Amino acid sequence: MRFLPIAAAASLGVLIAVGGYTFIYAKGYSYVTNDPAACANCHVMENHYRAWVKSSHRAVAVCNDCHTPPGLVPKYTVKAINGFNHSFAFTTGRFPEPLRITRMNFDVTEKACRKCHQEMVEAIESPVGEKNRLSCIRCHSTVGHLE
Amino acid sequence: MADPTESRTRSSLGARAVLLAAAAAALVTLGVVALLVNIFERKQEARNPFYRVVELTDDIEDPAVWGKNFPLQYDAYRRTVDQQRTRYGGSEAVPRTPTQADPRSVVAQSRLEEDPRLKTMWAGYAFAADFREERGHAYMLDDQTFTERQQVTKQPGTCMHCHASVYVPYRTLGGGDLIKGFERMNQMPYFEARKLVNHPVACIDCHDPVTMQLRVTRPGFLEGIRALKAAQGTPGYDVNASATRQEMRAYVCGQCHVEYYFKGPEKRLTYPWAKGIRVDEILQYYEENPHDDWTHAETGAPVLKAQHPEFEMWSQGIHARSGVACADCHMPYTRVGALKISDHHVRSPLLNINNACQTCHKWPEAELKARVEANQERVFGLRNRAMDALVALIGDIKDARARGVPDAELAGPRKLQRRAQFMLDFVEAENSTGFHAPQEAGRILAESIDYARQGQLALRPPPRQR
Repeated sequence: MRFLPIAAAASLGVLIAVGGYTFIYAKGYSYVTNDPAACANCHVMENHYRAWVKSSHRAVAVCNDCHTPPGLVPKYTVKAINGFNHSFAFTTGRFPEPLRITRMNFDVTEKACRKCHQEMVEAIESPVGEKNRLSCIRCHSTVGHLE
Repeated sequence: MADPTESRTRSSLGARAVLLAAAAAALVTLGVVALLVNIFERKQEARNPFYRVVELTDDIEDPAVWGKNFPLQYDAYRRTVDQQRTRYGGSEAVPRTPTQADPRSVVAQSRLEEDPRLKTMWAGYAFAADFREERGHAYMLDDQTFTERQQVTKQPGTCMHCHASVYVPYRTLGGGDLIKGFERMNQMPYFEARKLVNHPVACIDCHDPVTMQLRVTRPGFLEGIRALKAAQGTPGYDVNASATRQEMRAYVCGQCHVEYYFKGPEKRLTYPWAKGIRVDEILQYYEENPHDDWTHAETGAPVLKAQHPEFEMWSQGIHARSGVACADCHMPYTRVGALKISDHHVRSPLLNINNACQTCHKWPEAELKARVEANQERVFGLRNRAMDALVALIGDIKDARARGVPDAELAGPRKLQRRAQFMLDFVEAENSTGFHAPQEAGRILAESIDYARQGQLALRPPPRQR
């Protein structure tokens, strides 16, 4: 009975230690930054990263500009959700190839286009209404990265 | 004083909470450790793309030795033994009873049984005796050695150029000189040359042993592409020095997947590209450098056999135009752990739509397959009409001969048969049922039908005498 709290504390300690080590070993801190190279820590993103370097948007937008929403809290919430999902998917190996964007992330990028191109897009979209909105990347699929 | 029962309950509740916390911590720790190990493995994989276990040289042709350094590529390469059908291509494993002359217990389905009109088209030629659906690379040497065509005709050693790994045997035979070895083997009888080769196409045929860079080793292509580039205004082209990496990803396949003929008594393997690579330019080449593969048994026409011109057909299509090479679809990139490698299981992209097509075309698999098959269905329909037209022309010339029409009057229709037949065979022998260039395939077949019908018209008596 008396050992239980000690065991629990010990297991928590192990978790903190292993978690902390993993965080440093996997360069977890880099994910807090805006550096696009951080996204290519994970080998699965290497082609996307290389393609972005060659894309038209390389000078004006980094990964986070299109793949996270504006505002500190939404940004890090999306990062946390994706961070967990990616770790889980890559550890278990359960993910489709070629990779497919999820609904949530798709909506984030669609809104991201409009952050900068709102003026032009409004002229296209206002006549059709919110419901019939077109997807930007349906035609402009290569602006961010070819792959 | 507290109630002892209550305190016991409280302490058991507390114990449960502690247990739960420990279990949760253990579970999360488990996940974190799994993640850590996974990251560690990926990092290790990324550090060394391959391990040099053996020292490879330009004289090691056994792919198993190369496979020690490149096990992932080698494993996939070995899978070309698979036999799987697609709607219009691919081979089916057909069991057969082995005989003394042919020890194969499995072959591919006979195309001659599927379409007996082919026998009429090839009357008098070895292909009318035995012609089966092509199987994977692993079978190229066996299927060539044991085909019944070997029994009805004497084939030259030239065939080895594309049915075996010849790079090392050529250089051995030529005393170190690739081209000399090529020339010597061309002049040998098939079965004498067969003794000099050991493997179907192997690593060394496309890769430099030290740098693993792609390279062309086949004299036929070295000379063929030089002639083609000269026709396009670049004389003295050396493919291994001048081609880009992406071009090489098509050229190494073009070493063999092309139209060819055996030139002169030396039986020199030649790709008829000196006028250009389109079917009309190839036909023109055969007019200017008179050559016929055989004399048609039923009509007496000097005719040509087209041979799997995949490289030529692809070069006329939208994928070639967009810079997509053979390897992009037939050996698409695939991820193994942290490594990105070319899938060396060379096969129809229709068996691997996910990696082969969806990298560029972001549509569902079923949609992409339907598009390909719609293209192929149209080409196949035209091919059948062209086949009917050709068989009708062959029948008409045969009748005219039986009626005693002189050779001078048959020259025109025979020439038209030669054209119609070559153009039809150009699409028929090409292994994509037109997909590599659907519009070009359609054009070729339409012209083939026209030539066949023109031939029939030419045989009709002039209107006044009717």
